[in-house]
Amino acid sequence: MIYDYLVVRFGEITLKGKNKKQFVIKLENDVREKLRQFPQAEIKRHFDDLEIKLNNEKSADVLNVLKKVFGIQNISPAIKVGTDLDEIRAGVLRVAEQEKGAQTFKIAARRKDKRYPIHGSELNQDLGGTVLRHCDWLNVDVHNPDLMIRVEVGYHEARIYGKEVVGVGGLPVGTSGKVMLLLSGGIDSPVAAYLTAKRGALIEAIHFQSPPYTSDRAKQKVIDLSKRLREFGGKFVLHLVPFTNAQVAIRDAVPEDYRITIMRRLMFRIAEKTALKRGAMALATGESLGQVASQTLESMNTINAVTNLPILRPLIAMDKLDIAQIAKQIDTYEISIRPYEDCCTIFLPKAPRTRPDRTHAERFEHKLAVDALVNEAVEGIETIVIDSGSTQDAVSELL
Amino acid sequence: MIYLDNSATTQPYPEVMDTYRTVSEYYFANPSSLHSLGGKSEHLLTRSREQAAALLEIEPNEIVFTSGGTEGNNLAIKGAAFAYRNRGRHLITTTIEHASAGNAFAQLEALGFEVTYLPVNSDGRVSFDEFIKAYRKDTILVSIMHVNNEVGTIQPIEQIGNFLKQKPKTVFHVDNVQGFSKVPLHLKESGIDLCTVSGHKIHGPKGTGILYVRKGTQLSPLFAGGGQEHQFRSGTENLPGICGMVKALRMTLENEREGIDHLMKLQQQLFDGLAKIEGAVVHTPKHFSSPHIVNVSFLGIKSEVLVHILEKNDIYVSTKSACSSKESGASGTLTAMGISDQEAEQAIRISMAYETTESDLGVFLQTLTEKVGQLKTVMR
Repeated sequence: MIYDYLVVRFGEITLKGKNKKQFVIKLENDVREKLRQFPQAEIKRHFDDLEIKLNNEKSADVLNVLKKVFGIQNISPAIKVGTDLDEIRAGVLRVAEQEKGAQTFKIAARRKDKRYPIHGSELNQDLGGTVLRHCDWLNVDVHNPDLMIRVEVGYHEARIYGKEVVGVGGLPVGTSGKVMLLLSGGIDSPVAAYLTAKRGALIEAIHFQSPPYTSDRAKQKVIDLSKRLREFGGKFVLHLVPFTNAQVAIRDAVPEDYRITIMRRLMFRIAEKTALKRGAMALATGESLGQVASQTLESMNTINAVTNLPILRPLIAMDKLDIAQIAKQIDTYEISIRPYEDCCTIFLPKAPRTRPDRTHAERFEHKLAVDALVNEAVEGIETIVIDSGSTQDAVSELL
Repeated sequence: MIYLDNSATTQPYPEVMDTYRTVSEYYFANPSSLHSLGGKSEHLLTRSREQAAALLEIEPNEIVFTSGGTEGNNLAIKGAAFAYRNRGRHLITTTIEHASAGNAFAQLEALGFEVTYLPVNSDGRVSFDEFIKAYRKDTILVSIMHVNNEVGTIQPIEQIGNFLKQKPKTVFHVDNVQGFSKVPLHLKESGIDLCTVSGHKIHGPKGTGILYVRKGTQLSPLFAGGGQEHQFRSGTENLPGICGMVKALRMTLENEREGIDHLMKLQQQLFDGLAKIEGAVVHTPKHFSSPHIVNVSFLGIKSEVLVHILEKNDIYVSTKSACSSKESGASGTLTAMGISDQEAEQAIRISMAYETTESDLGVFLQTLTEKVGQLKTVMR
């Protein structure tokens, strides 16, 4: 690989006007954090981009990490040369020779320094001609080239870019505030976490467990999911709620067809309390309209009534197949399909009410010590911080 | 002891033995058991798989833990041929494969598959042009070893793999038992669908191996049963072996760069030393060969005699591939390279590990020179 730089460009952040700098600084910190595993790499912030000097770190490895950082629109490998035309020509040839797979190319040159004597279009012609003369496997295609060689002539140096890699986009994590996400262990909620984090939210997750009805493996499953999701933020906080007593109480006191509705209402109350404690300004769920009994409009109405926090439902208009597709992309799918019971699948009624009614639900709750159950659950929460680099665990030394 | 038979097997690292013992003792529960002891074992299995995947730069669900190279080759070759038998019946391999691949193809031939065996040149290398000539529309499987186990020749895997990238209906299997950690090979970039690796060749426990199965590749399992290893290989997982192998994998790859440089120097030392011995004919080519193997004939001296004489001096080399060295007759690879039976029967294989030292080789070369000289006078 000839490239000694990676140039990272921002997406939507550039539309942020006066706040732009804040966003860029946050992104720079995120990138620094992620690239700590590459101690040689140096990061420099410019007005329009972040420049990463690789210093012998493998560009493919660094690229793979950057591809997952929210707020990055695209990344180009680059070389730097002097502004002398001969140097630029030689640099362009090096890039053309590096990208051997291409059959057609285009030069897109630009002067940042408008005093530079050669105009962009003249540069295009000159450099294109140079490539044509030296690389007999390449032809020009200005509309749909296999290889677009971009050249940027600055004040002291020129950058020549190789093939651009698309980033995930979105906003830097945390710039939108904190969100408490209900993480079940299924396919949907990790995708909801991903999409919410992509819009700049710092995610904390809350998971309900009901031992002995749910097992340690169900817990491990959620921890494994959290590890995956952590790759998109810096760290990931997971709250494990002991939910057995609440579920047993519901089973004993509430008519079968309303159990899920009431259970969800308790979950939302517990999640709200935890959110306020942790400074989160919204809840998020993996609900998709009409997917299951608790996700009809009537259900959402009845369940939503227990909290005033906004509830983000990034999957609300998505089909199951599309959700699964994203789950596969972010590598949570394989974990989500592990077949362990979670708290939503135990005490499952034969025919849950698909159109529950708020007044009925409230009446049934009179038979329950709702506040006591909620408080007991919140107090019993076990909080796990899944930090970057925490792949180390008890068995690490065996391997 | 100077052990120069590392292509047959290696000495397990002490750290690997520690892991093997600890896991056997404390993680004996079946990973498929529902209780928490089973959960502990399952967790360890998952972590092993993740670590192996990270080291090989593949996905965890692309790893099938096997019992070694022979099983890996059989599962890959027969498994792919059976799974895709309705797509076509033509298979391509070479004349110099390890017995576990070669005999699997013989079985498939008996079942009605048609097999093209690519010849090799005098360096023991197949030619890309020959491969292209043999390739047909109904070719469902191409299986080629990366590094030959007898002479160390490297095959043009990347070139063939690049061609097969455009042929989604042909499965590409690479037997990398000898090449692994000796000649770098990137699985994802080389268009490889299946790749066999063995644990005991890299200082892991015996009875362990990995078959890389690229996502989306079908295999008909050889063992039917409980559906372990993503349905490809049923049977209770050999957790102590797996953990030990994954540790050996990590330790080996951590030293890979320096290890290969070191082996190259050692190989040069052998080439130089052998050049000074009268009647020594080196079969390992100078280019396109793995740095850990040197195959050489000493004219007029039967290899078996030399092996036994060296062993009296606590030096261990081998005649040909250990798996076929008990059968009489000349080596398959050397014969395929056009070497006469007589010369082939005089060949010994010297195979090194990262731990082999220059002074080991110094002693070996000195002893060898001496003994070869003596044998010649005796036999004359």
